[in-house]
Amino acid sequence: MTTTRTQARAPRVGESALRPDGIPKVQGRFLFGNDLWADGMLWGKTLRSPHAHARIARIDVTPALAMTGVFAVLTADDVPGSGVFGLEQADQPVFASGVVRYVGEPIAVVAADHPELARRACEAIVVEYEVLTPLVDSQAAITAAAIHPDGNILRHLVIRHGDIDAIGDVVVEGIYEVGMQDQAFMGPESGLAIPDDDGGVQLFVSTQFVHADRDQTAACLGLPPDMVRATVAGTGGAFGGREDICLQVHVCLLALRTGRPVKMLYSRDESFVGHVHRHPARMEYRHHARRDGTIVKVEARVVFDGGAYASTSSAVLANACCFGAGPYRVPNAFIEGWAVRTNNPPCGAMRGFGAVQTCFAHEAQMDKLADALAIDRVELRLRNALEPGDTIITGQRITGTAPVAAVIRACADAPFPAGAELDPDSESAPMLLRPGGAGRTADARHVTRALGFAVSYKNLMFSEGFDDYSTARVRVEDGIATVHCACAEVGQGFVTLAQQIAREVLDIDEVVLAPADTHVGSAGSTSASRQTWMSGGAVEGACRLVKAQMEADAAAGTVQRVYEATFEHHHAPTQRLDENGQGDAHVSFAFAAHRAVVDVDRDLGLVRVVDVTTAQDVGRVLNPVQALGQIEGGIAQGVGLAVMEELVVDQGRIRNASFTDYLIPTALDMPTVTVAALIEEPEPGAPFGAKGIGEPPTISSTAAVAAAIRAATGRAVDRVPVRPDDLLF
Amino acid sequence: MTDQAIAITVNGERRKGRTEARTTLADFLRDELALTGTHVGCEHGVCGACTVLLDGEAVRSCLVLAVQADGADITTIEGIGPEPGRLGPVQQAFMECHGLQCGFCTPGFVVSVTSFLAEQPAPTDDEIREMLSGNICRCTGYQGIVAAVHRATELIEEATA
Ligand code: FES
Ligand code: FES
Repeated sequence: MTTTRTQARAPRVGESALRPDGIPKVQGRFLFGNDLWADGMLWGKTLRSPHAHARIARIDVTPALAMTGVFAVLTADDVPGSGVFGLEQADQPVFASGVVRYVGEPIAVVAADHPELARRACEAIVVEYEVLTPLVDSQAAITAAAIHPDGNILRHLVIRHGDIDAIGDVVVEGIYEVGMQDQAFMGPESGLAIPDDDGGVQLFVSTQFVHADRDQTAACLGLPPDMVRATVAGTGGAFGGREDICLQVHVCLLALRTGRPVKMLYSRDESFVGHVHRHPARMEYRHHARRDGTIVKVEARVVFDGGAYASTSSAVLANACCFGAGPYRVPNAFIEGWAVRTNNPPCGAMRGFGAVQTCFAHEAQMDKLADALAIDRVELRLRNALEPGDTIITGQRITGTAPVAAVIRACADAPFPAGAELDPDSESAPMLLRPGGAGRTADARHVTRALGFAVSYKNLMFSEGFDDYSTARVRVEDGIATVHCACAEVGQGFVTLAQQIAREVLDIDEVVLAPADTHVGSAGSTSASRQTWMSGGAVEGACRLVKAQMEADAAAGTVQRVYEATFEHHHAPTQRLDENGQGDAHVSFAFAAHRAVVDVDRDLGLVRVVDVTTAQDVGRVLNPVQALGQIEGGIAQGVGLAVMEELVVDQGRIRNASFTDYLIPTALDMPTVTVAALIEEPEPGAPFGAKGIGEPPTISSTAAVAAAIRAATGRAVDRVPVRPDDLLF
Repeated sequence: MTDQAIAITVNGERRKGRTEARTTLADFLRDELALTGTHVGCEHGVCGACTVLLDGEAVRSCLVLAVQADGADITTIEGIGPEPGRLGPVQQAFMECHGLQCGFCTPGFVVSVTSFLAEQPAPTDDEIREMLSGNICRCTGYQGIVAAVHRATELIEEATA
């Protein structure tokens, strides 16, 4: 057994390079934010609101401050800079003052010399509330009295495209709902802040977007941004849930106040209220088509519950609406979207970012339409599939690749893997792999197997005029290349790709990665399936600059010992949507198709997903084994949303904030995942032609599973996750 | 709060410490012995990230009090390899088969699988999935992990052949 693999030549772009952090991770030596430690450090803890909506009549911190071992207790009065933060609009208080708007909203933080003492000190803080009626109905929120000075409408977006009065020969309608999903990353929120001598602070934090953390934190601390030196700490998954501020400001405030290092680490139940969730949505749809199956018009009205604060609701809603008709040629559309503020838990980014919810609805509609027209469901999708050069409902022409028909065909035509055939010998299926699993409840004679199909698309990178650039600095010294990029590695494998790209361009085997921190320019967020394109492109660009200089010097006989270059990679500019929701708002699109096979126990309403087969538009595969990992992991989350994952929220309160009650697919719940095809049509403008691959697996997999359950049961299945009661009563 | 003295053997080394009765073994390993490879994902026995071997048996160290482990022989992820710096077969297999992404769940899986393969050196796919269902991974979708378990059986066989 050896700890390093000796390779004649380290793998380049297109090869299955192994993760550079693989060895420390399998050895338990890799340090996550949770593991950080500093001499003399204190522990921070947050006091949170037990109410969804209340006025704060009085806060008395003196009993907590009087406890031996407690070094600071801070409230809204102690925030020296901006009292509010937010990724798109600064509307969320660092600490609630005057009013609380959701269960779990921070009221105060404590620093103490032991985590248990910090917890008891929080309990000792006296807060008197006047409880108010919470606003928990997203539809009612549109017209209800404002619960925030900025009002209840986070965004109202209308897309008018073509002739909005057009009428088809056949019309199908439906109302669909998606429950609140959680990212449930495995490593809870964590951070360590260390005060610097010059009045600044070092912050080590598990995050997706370290420069946004730095800028928002500095604004709240009242410091210039360069006095907050932030570093991405080891991050145990993210999936959108670490794009917003959670403990960043709190832990820095405590460190600056006490003059000592302070660590904060959320418990699992705290994590469930400590980050944003996937928006619950209610969606009304009407599709019009000609008899031959040509789509004439899509009408929709969607309401997304943003919870108490804005987070990224505005961009999530834009995605939901822009991609709300699916990857089809739709000449006429009228889509009205609302993202509203309520006293529910705040919602924001999660893998798929708005496209997941409307995909569930538009794909259910496509099946309805196919049935109403008596056209095969796959065939109907093929007839309407978008092609390069087509115009989408926002009036934007697709100038890049769009292999929609290719993903549909490859996925639909794929053979069924062993065990997922449509006429199974169900008596012989292992008990554990029947619906109900280890409960061993299913009677094989009452199990129905069926399949469902769904297609989706979404944007890559940020849209609507955002310039979400990335920066990389590359240094070559003594035959070793060092890449410095602030891209947050959250598990997706950017570290592997960065090495592969640097090796490819520089033809150097040894590539070292510097810590991802704010000592280099922004890399933007690890979200929107954007880092391979944006930061991959930044690394490529910096390497090309270095290489050009090296070659020039070699030719001139003036070879230097050290070469260094920095490159800022910007994507093509995009436009904001106009008052009709029209404009070239997106950089590029990725497409995917999913086919699900499910077994449903008709007696008990239990579902087991047997197989998910997929074909995906990837541009070009840069690392096959990592691409597969993204697809399998993304499908796991899509399956979770289809059949088990929901934060149950009652009057604003999450009822299942634990891994006992919020169920995530285990190895037994997971279907086989079969990749029928990765369609490699290089995307113009993308580094090496590669599109992002992280999100598409999560988008239509949910819709495909729901369609399969519908086919097995004949039930409407107009809400996910599907609960047993939905199939029985 | 009164501390109690405990003595445990961790990764072959005799370690003594004082701990409060309420401290879990997971927190003791992480906070007192600085063995942070044992991860805490759920704090109540559901996710398996904190799995360690206690007298050779896989246990969830978030469900064991440190004082209960007094006198026991503990193996954590840091001690699962054949010697410091070298990878054991299960670790090697997870790396080769892309059985991890963020890696937060990985130490728990590696320890659980090590103990499982010691009992069952040639498991079927279904047995592997049943065994793995005690640990949660949010990143991978498990296929890389299942592949890693198969690969680990090969590596163990090669090593003993
Ligand atoms: S932390 Fe022990 S099982 Fe999850
Ligand atoms: S690799 Fe991230 S939780 Fe398993």
